[in-house]
Amino acid sequence: MRRRSTLLMLPALTMLAAVFLAPLVLFLAQTVIIDKDAPPFWPHVLSVIESRVMLRTILITNWISLLVTATALLLGYPVAYYLANRRGPRFTLVLFCVIVPYFTSIIVRTFSWMVILGRNGLINHLLQDLGLIDAPLPLLYNRTAVVIGMTYVLLPYMVLTLFAAMRSIDPNLLRAARGLGASGPMIFARIYLPLSLHGVVSGALIVFILAVGFFITPALMGGPSDVMVATLIERSVEIDLDWSTAAVMSLYLLAVTLVLYAVYYRVTDLRRLMGT
Amino acid sequence: MSETLLPPHGKGMLGARGALELIGLTKQYGDERVVDAVDAEIRPGEFFSLLGPSGSGKTTTLMMIAGFVAPDRGAIRLDGADLTHVPPQRRGLGMVFQNYAIFPHLDVFENVAFPLRARRVAKAELRRRVEATLALVRLERFATRYARELSGGQQQRVAIARAIVFRPSIVLMDEPLGALDKNLRYAMQVEIKELQQRLGMTVIYVTHDQEEAMNMSDRIAIMNQGRIEQLGPPGEIYERPRNAFVGRFLGEANLLDGTIEQIAGDEAALRTRDGVLLRARCRSPAITQRTASLFVRPEKLAFGDVPEADRGESNCVQGVVQRRAFLGSMIRTTVQIGPTTQLTVDQPNLMNGAGPQVGAPVVVSWAVAHTLTLPE
Repeated sequence: MRRRSTLLMLPALTMLAAVFLAPLVLFLAQTVIIDKDAPPFWPHVLSVIESRVMLRTILITNWISLLVTATALLLGYPVAYYLANRRGPRFTLVLFCVIVPYFTSIIVRTFSWMVILGRNGLINHLLQDLGLIDAPLPLLYNRTAVVIGMTYVLLPYMVLTLFAAMRSIDPNLLRAARGLGASGPMIFARIYLPLSLHGVVSGALIVFILAVGFFITPALMGGPSDVMVATLIERSVEIDLDWSTAAVMSLYLLAVTLVLYAVYYRVTDLRRLMGT
Repeated sequence: MSETLLPPHGKGMLGARGALELIGLTKQYGDERVVDAVDAEIRPGEFFSLLGPSGSGKTTTLMMIAGFVAPDRGAIRLDGADLTHVPPQRRGLGMVFQNYAIFPHLDVFENVAFPLRARRVAKAELRRRVEATLALVRLERFATRYARELSGGQQQRVAIARAIVFRPSIVLMDEPLGALDKNLRYAMQVEIKELQQRLGMTVIYVTHDQEEAMNMSDRIAIMNQGRIEQLGPPGEIYERPRNAFVGRFLGEANLLDGTIEQIAGDEAALRTRDGVLLRARCRSPAITQRTASLFVRPEKLAFGDVPEADRGESNCVQGVVQRRAFLGSMIRTTVQIGPTTQLTVDQPNLMNGAGPQVGAPVVVSWAVAHTLTLPE
């Protein structure tokens, strides 16, 4: 019975192997090991990772991802709380607003932000028309723009993860806490927050993992100092034609993602242990 | 051991706190009156049960006392102070929830300490009180366990410890034993009752289990369709139900519909639909020619005729045994006494299950003193 149900996964696994695993292995093998012009593997890995450009990019990537995760959490927690405690048309409306962008292309969403933030964009137009500023503000092509754009794209992941965690909190527990004399802030701090914490960790990890590998939004909305790892990889391939460096950087990205995924897996496992 | 849990003035003051008054309590959802003008006075130190079928309004009444549901009309007073609009966290009532509602991320100690932390009790005092309470419910060895590591009965005791640790004058319990199996349930009933008497607390207990209510309660309020049908000690309600619903709900009952033909003093003669004339004590509003129900408990009935001398105080009817059920401690026999009328007779199983067999003609008799006429 068990073996038969494993067979059901075969088509999906074959597909993954063919379009994801095989190209990845081939790409790495060809560029790092087989390619005659390529430098020796380990020294090359070290030299790429220790290069100033790469170090700087890793630092920027992590910093931007962290900012995006924190912003998404701060914006997403109240929204998820609202969703978890409402029913009826308002619940549907807010959920709709959260989910619709989720189904829209990233490029479309990024371009809409560029329309809003650009030199001749909505905000600058409005502020100038109101006479509040003389010259357009530099709202685009800087770090803030990148964080805004990425947060917007990744917010649904955060909200939906938090929402699922909050929905699984037994409302009787909150009632019990109130009946036993706890104030609102105490119930939140000692009951609600700890019980939703696994959702916070899961949501933060998902957003961070996705943010670390982000390409389109930082490439389109960022300035010269906001180059992230994915952008650097693309540049190595397209501009420098240095495939082996691109491969090493991809390897790094993959490793970070896998490590974070392992943490994520542990956290969800923990949640099952808690029985919530 | 339990000294720290007693009210500050010692045993002499037991029962001084915890008097609760419900005055015309009403709650309406849409067109439906879930609770309809409920009046009750719950005495200090009393074990008071709200008993009724599901949907009778007993849980809503409890939720209004706890403060989770706002009444549409009426008032709640605790020791003379108006509680109606006080939020639940400031009512100071202990509460045991139906599914325990033990915080899954806190261990037993922290669960029990929760109400004390909410009251900012100092550390040493908090530890002392939590430990004393855990000892009281025999959980001292489980302080560092989590709910998922405890059995149903142990979880139940955590919930109780948490509800009494801050010495509330009243503890509310919402079907706390519903999730336990039958044997454990009885043991917990005894335990809760002993605890209540030892600490002298007022307990308001919601249940749909009539045996549970009778076993534990000083007084029971039988609820039906949002109203209290009858309120009194278990024995009184059992022996003298005010109407057919109460008679049927608390214990087994024979209820025969008929018309009152004659009233003499406190005795009425009622003719059943099948034409059998039976006598019963009549409570206040019995009127001749009115339809009524004749009520008698199955265990008051016996087989066989009564001596000539006792005929005046007994009902005697002839019938045929229709069904016999062996229930272990007793035998329940259904006797057909007319085309549409049956009587249930419960006999203690004293003779290895002996008794009249199905199809046998029998005479059933019982004392008029045990028989009541009830309004329909």
